[in-house]
Amino acid sequence: MGVGIAVGLSGFAFGVTSAGGGLTVAQTCALSLLVFTGASQFALVGALASGGNPLTAAAGAFFLGVRNAFYGLRLSQLLALPRAVRPFAAQWVIDETTAVALAQPTRRSVRIGFTVTGLSLYTLWNLTTLLGAVGADAIGDTDAWGLDAAGPAVFLALLAPMLKTTMERAVAVAAVVLGLGLLSVLPAGVPVLVAALAAPAALYVEGRRRPGSGGRPGTGHGAPGEGR
Amino acid sequence: MTIWIAIGVTAVGCYVVKLTGLLVPAGVLERPLVRRLAALLPVALLAALTAQQTFADGRLLVVDAKAAGLAAAAVALLLRAPFLLVVGAAVVVTAGVRAMTG
Repeated sequence: MGVGIAVGLSGFAFGVTSAGGGLTVAQTCALSLLVFTGASQFALVGALASGGNPLTAAAGAFFLGVRNAFYGLRLSQLLALPRAVRPFAAQWVIDETTAVALAQPTRRSVRIGFTVTGLSLYTLWNLTTLLGAVGADAIGDTDAWGLDAAGPAVFLALLAPMLKTTMERAVAVAAVVLGLGLLSVLPAGVPVLVAALAAPAALYVEGRRRPGSGGRPGTGHGAPGEGR
Repeated sequence: MTIWIAIGVTAVGCYVVKLTGLLVPAGVLERPLVRRLAALLPVALLAALTAQQTFADGRLLVVDAKAAGLAAAAVALLLRAPFLLVVGAAVVVTAGVRAMTG
């Protein structure tokens, strides 16, 4: 499955980056096994490598991970899992599994999509992390190979099918402006969370324009940059 | 040792937020407004994250070879290329631009 291989590339890049940042192979693999949310992992090793305080580094990684709570919110509705299964499914609540699950038409295919993506990504991500960490010395600079572009490209490919309506595009543009604009003034991880406010802000603006709305998704109107 | 503490804190924190989302009672999500919000939040988060991973270096904004790579990915998406080709285009173009600009 395409998503899996592409993510495998980023897992490899993560392994190399982490080992290059001074973490041991065991520490690098523990991150992929236990944290399993790529952006947070990159943020943590990046902060540690640049000599940051470990707790500040962990806080940045945590804030980046908070978005997974919003994904869980949406997924719990779609997956409708029994309570006993949820603690096990939780570890797989990430960008990629959410995007694949959201794209499925029926509950059955949502569950299959989530499980297959979760299982294949978890396996691949950890294998390629190990490979990257062990092979870090042989590879040298991952940036020279362009591997650091794999992560954002994966996110872009996941995002693209979600941008169907004006409303969704407006939210995306507002989120980009907020996320980049606040980068230099807020601590790591926080700008992404503030950018999430583009969603409620857009709904609020829409509600003001057409009182009593809140019906079918996909009928929204919005202008880029309305997040603020 | 401190690195292990950072790993532990991050692992627990990230797991707890994942679980929290899944444990919110279904009743809360039946209101149309909440449902639309839950659908739009992933869009905002993914968009912000894509932009940051492309244009952010720590707390600085930079435009480097990754921007060219992402542009290539966007073109591939517009041409309805398969997923792997999209990511491959980004990686190859980024590496190519870096090789040329030294």
